[in-house]
Amino acid sequence: MKHIFSAFLRDEPRVLTRVTSLFARRGYNIDSLSVGATEQRGISRMTFIAEAPDYMADQIQRQLEKLEDVLKVVNHAHEKFVDRELVLLKVHVNPQTRLEIRMIAEDFRARNVDVGSKSYVFEVTGDEGKITAFIEQMRPFGIIETMRTGRVALSRGSNVDISSQVYEGSSNALEHPLADISAKA
Amino acid sequence: MTGSEALLKTLEAHGVKHIFGHPGGAIMPVYDALYDSPIQHILVRHEQGGGHAAEGYARATGGLGVCMATSGPGATNLVTALADAMLDSLPILAITGNVPSPLLGTDAFQEADITGITMPITKHNFLVRNADDISKTVAKAIQIALEGRPGPVLVDIPKDVQQAQTNAPITQPHAKAPRLEPNPETIAKAVALIQSAKQPVLVVGGGACDAAPQILEFAKKTGMPVITTLMGLGNYPASDKQWLGMPGMHGSVASNRAISQCDVLIGVGMRFDDRVTGKTSRFAKNAQIIHIDIDTAEHNKLIPAFIPIHSDSAAALEALTKQVSYLDTPEWWLKLEDWQARQPKRPSWGAAEAIKMISSKLNGNDIVVADVGQHQMLTAQLHPFEQPRKWSNSGGAGTMGFCLPAAMGAAVAIGAHDGGDAKGVRVVGIAGDGSSQMTIQELATLRKYDIPVKFAIINNGYLGMVRQWQEMFHSRRYSEVYLEDSNPDFPILASAYRIPGFAADNQADLEKAIEMWLSVDGPAVLEVRVPQEANVFPMVPAGKGLDEMLDDDPKFLETKALVPA
Ligand SMILES: Cc1ncc(C[n+]2csc(CCOP(=O)(O)OP(=O)(O)O)c2C)c(N)n1
Ligand SMILES: [Mg+2]
Repeated sequence: MKHIFSAFLRDEPRVLTRVTSLFARRGYNIDSLSVGATEQRGISRMTFIAEAPDYMADQIQRQLEKLEDVLKVVNHAHEKFVDRELVLLKVHVNPQTRLEIRMIAEDFRARNVDVGSKSYVFEVTGDEGKITAFIEQMRPFGIIETMRTGRVALSRGSNVDISSQVYEGSSNALEHPLADISAKA
Repeated sequence: MTGSEALLKTLEAHGVKHIFGHPGGAIMPVYDALYDSPIQHILVRHEQGGGHAAEGYARATGGLGVCMATSGPGATNLVTALADAMLDSLPILAITGNVPSPLLGTDAFQEADITGITMPITKHNFLVRNADDISKTVAKAIQIALEGRPGPVLVDIPKDVQQAQTNAPITQPHAKAPRLEPNPETIAKAVALIQSAKQPVLVVGGGACDAAPQILEFAKKTGMPVITTLMGLGNYPASDKQWLGMPGMHGSVASNRAISQCDVLIGVGMRFDDRVTGKTSRFAKNAQIIHIDIDTAEHNKLIPAFIPIHSDSAAALEALTKQVSYLDTPEWWLKLEDWQARQPKRPSWGAAEAIKMISSKLNGNDIVVADVGQHQMLTAQLHPFEQPRKWSNSGGAGTMGFCLPAAMGAAVAIGAHDGGDAKGVRVVGIAGDGSSQMTIQELATLRKYDIPVKFAIINNGYLGMVRQWQEMFHSRRYSEVYLEDSNPDFPILASAYRIPGFAADNQADLEKAIEMWLSVDGPAVLEVRVPQEANVFPMVPAGKGLDEMLDDDPKFLETKALVPA
């Protein structure tokens, strides 16, 4: 089963190396990983996806939480979440394909961010399925290159309103995930 | 104040009395400051020895052990000891010098990326880039090393940072975190399960070193049998009749049978290491497992726990003891007593007999440190450990060369080198002819500070444990394990270090030799020459279940010339 996690990291030198070296030495299978700054200074946030049975997902979470610079790890399997990925895709265009490519892009709400005479660069945001479908639709026209950010996720605030979106216990999706451990931060 | 002075002042503020170290170019400013410091530096002859000494020190006291090295090769020489401390959860602070900051990352002379290298074998590590940060970083490092599940922490300080001036205040020790108490609901569930048990067993590991009184109380109130792992030896008195011995690959018949047949197993401060469990699918097959550990990542890591308890081990045992009542299990005890009586047959003279004889001259207050190999397993099997922190060995890593420096660290920890006979506590090392030579240079350190370690070398002329596996699993193809043709004469080697050496190759001589050896005022070496091809039994062959244990050496069962041990 695929598990999607959020990890909160202290912005210290090598913190990413510590995390990825732990993944590597314990043999965890990580599909995607994406890191960025948060609204709090000194804390970054990482979304990562692991293919693992449930007991292994718990292990991944606990082993990571042992790292000094990892403040908290949340497994989003426990409640509903929103996830998004962004892809930049450069595709060949010519007078025959130009129109069709633009129509497909419109269907996907892709933004054309670079218009060349022989190529377009699109920016698409969406969940994993949408991104993959867009890439597949573009493939026949000749993809030059792509870059995906990897998925990023947040738990849904609506979990508080809709109890069926929460699988265990109650949701505290209206609080910052670090609210309970601000002391350690 | 310089960064170096800030470092030493911070250590002082944390009660550090000894540092095991070796100087070199990139740590010279600290050694200069050390010249005026009240902290005693013990000059080891190899940084690995300094690391193991810090481990022995930490294990004996429960406090912090400190080691120090220069950059590059000095720092990399610490690596084995740090890996060892990581696997055995020992609180070690390692301080390393590094090349000046502007040279970091340039392949400078004696540069090694020691924070990168030790990332997977330390609990945490730091590279300090500013002298103002030294004190708070060192205080943090000490806190991390000691809190929760202990472990080694390394602080790397570039030379220019050691030399730089700082006005930052000296950070005082952080307050100790409150004891982690168990969840009362989980305790209630565990109590119900324990109360339903017909064949219960308590398995105690090295994480329960500071819970010996609570273990005893729980065991006495429930009447439950107690097993102590290799790292947990001493956490329950071996003289008590509820003690079944050590589990695992060379565990006792009683321990391994009890684990295989129990219906409830309580693990306390232990991590189901593969040397303890054997094949996991056959481990405690009929049991529901309660697992008490302060490191929740150990829960369900290797063995699924029916009731994981995230807690300090003493706290959890106190909570359980309050609520449990006596378990009347006479049929279980009938079986247990039968198994307790089953001891492996051993030759009348050999390594086992020698170790038993040394052991018989010691008492429960003395500290015993083993190296790695057959002699280690025999010591674990045969020496009756009565109290915690009286036993030190390399359990998780199995690091040959651990014994001599770790024994030295333990002896310094109890003040044996400056108080003469520290409150009558002796420190005895038991090593092999192979292992001892990996760190034998520390005899010089014993001499230099007159550290009264009594160091025994059980000389079977072989890398015995490897030879045993070759005998059993490689059709006696003894590949590269023979030492006898090239071993030094150990008493002569000792005297080259100006340390008295004794030797014996039979029971009668050994008796006398042990007495002379133990009565030396200062360090002393004892070589015991024993027959070469003896094996350690019982044994669970690698990859087999505990229930597939071989109680006796098949090769001895064929011959009659045996006496029961
Ligand atoms: C540093 C290191 N290298 C290799 C080994 C593998 N090993 C385990 S036991 C052993 C033999 C130890 O020989 P000795 O010290 O003579 O002890 P004996 O088994 O003969 O009692 C070896 C080589 C190890 N544990 N550690
Ligand atoms: Mg040997």
